[in-house]
Amino acid sequence: MTQEVQIQANIFSSLITRFSNYQNEAVGALSNKIQALHFDFYYGKFQALNDLSLAIKERSITALIGPSGCGKSTFLRAINRMHDQNPTARAAGRIFLDGQDIYGPFTDPLLLRRRVGMVFQRPNPFTLSIFDNVAYGLRVAGWKDKKRIAERVEEVLHQAALWNEVKDRLNHSGLGLSGGQQQRLCIARTIAPKPEVILMDEPASALDPISTLKIEETMFELRQEFTIIIVTHSMQQAARVSDETAFLLMNAETRAGELIEAGPTDQIFTNPQDKRTEDYISGRFG
Amino acid sequence: MSQKEENSSFYEVWQRRTQHGDLLFGWLTLFFGLVVITLVFAIGYVVWSGSAEARDRFGFGFLFQTGWNPVKHNFGAMPAIYGTLVSSLIAVTLAGPLGILIAVFLSELCPLHLRNPLSFLIELLAAIPSVIYGMWGVFVFIPFFKSGIAKPLASTVGQWLPLFAGPVAAGRGVMVAGIILAIMILPTIAAIAREILAVVPNHQREALLAVGATRWEMIWYGVLPYSRAGIVGGIMLGLGRALGETMAALMVIGSAKSTIENSLFAPGITAAALIASELPNANDSLHESTLILIALVLFGITLILNILARLLVWQVSRGPVGTIRA
Ligand SMILES: Nc1ncnc2c1ncn2[C@@H]1O[C@H](COP(=O)(O)OP(=O)(O)OP(=O)(O)O)[C@@H](O)[C@H]1O
Ligand SMILES: [Mg+2]
Repeated sequence: MTQEVQIQANIFSSLITRFSNYQNEAVGALSNKIQALHFDFYYGKFQALNDLSLAIKERSITALIGPSGCGKSTFLRAINRMHDQNPTARAAGRIFLDGQDIYGPFTDPLLLRRRVGMVFQRPNPFTLSIFDNVAYGLRVAGWKDKKRIAERVEEVLHQAALWNEVKDRLNHSGLGLSGGQQQRLCIARTIAPKPEVILMDEPASALDPISTLKIEETMFELRQEFTIIIVTHSMQQAARVSDETAFLLMNAETRAGELIEAGPTDQIFTNPQDKRTEDYISGRFG
Repeated sequence: MSQKEENSSFYEVWQRRTQHGDLLFGWLTLFFGLVVITLVFAIGYVVWSGSAEARDRFGFGFLFQTGWNPVKHNFGAMPAIYGTLVSSLIAVTLAGPLGILIAVFLSELCPLHLRNPLSFLIELLAAIPSVIYGMWGVFVFIPFFKSGIAKPLASTVGQWLPLFAGPVAAGRGVMVAGIILAIMILPTIAAIAREILAVVPNHQREALLAVGATRWEMIWYGVLPYSRAGIVGGIMLGLGRALGETMAALMVIGSAKSTIENSLFAPGITAAALIASELPNANDSLHESTLILIALVLFGITLILNILARLLVWQVSRGPVGTIRA
């Protein structure tokens, strides 16, 4: 009898310790702009991400690298709940934005997406004019004053290094631009409503070196204001633009993506702690 | 030396082309393309020459003439033109927006497990023969329409708006025909619009969502503008079906061939229904020739509306200046 009570008390106290550990971890983590804690992600039965914990610092550029299929896009899209559209997708664990649980009951995905903008791999301008492509996001965010909208559009088109190319044809369709111009238009559209975080999924993968360089310059400038997370397959790009780097890899058995190593970019590239990171960076696999 | 090589490679390319039937295939498709064009001209010629007698007799004024008396040889196309246009217009105004809404529901909002059964059902509706729609109209819809819609409308709005004036005695009329036609073309429009919406790439939807748009804004500003050309095309197909529909229209429109009434509740006639109802017992050559002339008029109406539709599609799909997508 007493033994039984003893056992139950043990279980109880161990539960308490585990819970408070979790709490401590969480409290320590809340100082970061974004903090993933034991985050899992599933497409139906398939687990795409396993136990991912990662901190993203404010006003910095974080690069997500890793071989194809390791879950980089999955994680990125989880941060602004882009998966909500997919009925089979399911998240477990936590991602905090400024200490607020992104998947918590009090988070409205629409407000979240205004704070967390996204640039996609394929340029996807709206079927609107160049001007309206940028202005639309502003209108959604509640901007009313036409003059202020026009000013902001010009400002961000400058920021995205596109203004000189489009200033004479703002009322032309955004779809009439070249691929690189379209992508810079999408970047302008994303930064216009001043989100706090910008997610970029291989933003330069379809672009020529010059456009890529322009986009990288833009990102560098944006770092003053925004927190940027970029997925890239180019080691050089990651090394060039990012402050922090996180390396993901697919677990060979479970096929779920896992975080292998994260840290300052210099350190990851010059002195990786994990053998697999070193192999990937030096191009030995992936 | 190099000359010879070039020649031989040209010969090889030529051989490969002929070997796989590129040329033959080209000629074959050209042939069938020409067959279609010939058919159009053949039909046009038959209708043109067959209506020669009536055209000579009535001239251009036939289009604007009312009256229909086969015995006294007093014919006018105006009631048929009016009935055709108005009933089809009613059909498209009702079925167009509704069909788009159904398509939006099916492709954007509907739970996954309902999507396929519902889409199948809609396509099934499109396959029901029109005579069945007509019968349903006569036995089910008209009685309801008469007491539930026409009479209340006629006694209130109809007092000062001639368009909805009574009497609604028989119930058959242009309005009913338009509504039955709307029901008939609704599945066509919905099915086509659904297919069009289904091929809107997901990145367009995500682009809207990523700036914080609601689902509704995503549909209204992203999905629909992207697919507007195709949707207009679908509506035009529905309109074509409504214009040419014979049986269902004939059964519910009331066959008033000689006059045009102000009220939409009054009986009327459509061109196709007129031809179908009179051709079997047209026993003098002028009567027959007049009916063929009506066919020519219908041919003209569809042609003109289709050209207008093309222009419309072209106009809307151009969007802002410089759109590259057709
Ligand atoms: N919508 C989906 N439904 C089911 N499985 C998916 C879906 N999207 C991605 N996956 C799977 O999840 C895993 C991770 O995909 P993800 O797109 O995140 O990889 P990635 O790291 O971005 O790869 P890449 O570098 O090729 O873009 C892959 O195994 C992929 O097949
Ligand atoms: Mg990806």
